[in-house]
Amino acid sequence: MTSFVSQRIQELKPSGIRRFFDLASQMENVISLGVGEPDFVTPWNVIEASYHSLEQGYTAYTANAGLIELREEVSKYLKNQYEAVYQPQNEVIITVGASQAIDIALRAVLNPGDEVVVVAPSFVSYAPAVELAGGVPVMLYTDPDDKFKLRPDQLENVITKKTKAIMICSPNNPTGTVLSRDELIAISEVIEKYNLLVLSDEIYAELTYDEEYSSFASLPGVKERTILISGFSKAFAMTGWRLGYAAGPQDIIAAMTKIHQYTIMCAPTMAQYGALEALRNGKKAVQDMKKSYKQRRNFVVKTFNEIGLSCDMPGGAFYVFPSIRETGLSSDEFAEQLLKEEKVAVVPGNVFGENGEGHIRCSYAASLQQLDLALKKIEKFIGKRI
Amino acid sequence: MEKIEVELLSLIENNSNLEIEKIAKMIDRSEEETRELIRKLEEEKAILGYSAVIDWSKVHNYEGVTAMIDVKVQPARGVGFDKVAERIYRFPEVKAVYLMSGAYDLSVSIEARTMLEIGKFVSEKLSVLDSVLSTTTHFVLKKYKHDGIIFDNDNDDKRIVVSP
Ligand SMILES: Cc1ncc(COP(=O)(O)O)c(C=O)c1O
Repeated sequence: MTSFVSQRIQELKPSGIRRFFDLASQMENVISLGVGEPDFVTPWNVIEASYHSLEQGYTAYTANAGLIELREEVSKYLKNQYEAVYQPQNEVIITVGASQAIDIALRAVLNPGDEVVVVAPSFVSYAPAVELAGGVPVMLYTDPDDKFKLRPDQLENVITKKTKAIMICSPNNPTGTVLSRDELIAISEVIEKYNLLVLSDEIYAELTYDEEYSSFASLPGVKERTILISGFSKAFAMTGWRLGYAAGPQDIIAAMTKIHQYTIMCAPTMAQYGALEALRNGKKAVQDMKKSYKQRRNFVVKTFNEIGLSCDMPGGAFYVFPSIRETGLSSDEFAEQLLKEEKVAVVPGNVFGENGEGHIRCSYAASLQQLDLALKKIEKFIGKRI
Repeated sequence: MEKIEVELLSLIENNSNLEIEKIAKMIDRSEEETRELIRKLEEEKAILGYSAVIDWSKVHNYEGVTAMIDVKVQPARGVGFDKVAERIYRFPEVKAVYLMSGAYDLSVSIEARTMLEIGKFVSEKLSVLDSVLSTTTHFVLKKYKHDGIIFDNDNDDKRIVVSP
């Protein structure tokens, strides 16, 4: 019998992370550096606020775009923290994770066949999300020797008449690379020259360790061509709450709200109340988690270099992306053999784009004991191979 | 105190067992420098000791009772509460003594093997001190959290093994 599944979905490649998840989850006592989420539990005051909202009987739908109080807080937060100015009434939408914000942003702007530049290595969802929205992802492979930083001339090289938008993620998943304000400005000049739209995924913005963070949305003259995407998953340790947001030009936010209204209605109400508390009183918790990530990052990067896998010091997020070239293994082989022999899960770099080959992604959102143990096992593993 | 020293202190406050080598990497200093920082902090008595938080209820056959005693005292001329506090904290069974604001003056935490022993301490050693006016003894029934550490915590990682 022929399959009822649509051609578009049949042709969509399954995520390489999924394959690895299936492999790892069949095994017991795995030490995991394969997770893209905080190891902290959501700050207690946020959980409490959500309980309280349920007790108060706030169990109904909210406005489609989200609680106005929450949009006001998001707008205040973006202004105070990142100098990105958006009106809560019509330039902000609360979504089901940054994931949904990415989806509806792409669906709101793409016409069939429009090209979207995806800067790789990239978060695994970008290219498929572009395809699902009827667009064509054009992969732009940054150079490991440039610390995977996007260069304006590289961008100019992949732009065609069909290019409509570009997706930028700083700090980046999986490399942790952060783009400085000057680097962003240089990129924005190309973007203006070719009249492109930018989806700036700033979900790791709070988690930058060495330099002041610059939001793309705060650059001069780019506001009308920028959709800022963020959420509560990473900085506030709220992955399971499924809450994010987008801020951007009024017409695009209205278009996104239209899709959102017909598909989701609104983000979960109790999660929105939790998020409200996170923005109002969560600063200290974020700072504490951030301090701990920074210490672990230093530990992990130094140890990787000591044991013989060269590893740059990333400026943000909670991933390191060491090179495994020395071992002569592909990233798939490395990750699979490491999992089988030492029961340590890492993610092969090639799942984030072909220039991720020769690297593995390790998350340091894990306890120091776990990181220490995992690194000792990795040392043993590569000892047999280098 | 420098920022790096505060960072170091909070690291070892959470785990005094941390190896120098690890601390050094985490605070981005050499092992030499880290050792020197710790020595200096010990000398300044910012670090007073290194201890472990033990859940004694896990120890088989271990019998122990903790009590918190509220003590009202008559402060002595010239030395206020300090002298009487010293007379109390010098008893080896006393684990902590704090000067409090409010309904009583000193909070004394004491550990002993049995309730009887605590009773004896209160009646024979504490209440008989000249400046002690009254005592109220509270027994601890169960420890949930001590020194910032949650007992019997379900610390299992709830995350799936690989995620985006
Ligand atoms: C770069 C990036 N964007 C978006 C997301 C999705 O976040 P959310 O949980 O808010 O959907 C992730 C999660 O891994 C991510 O790494």
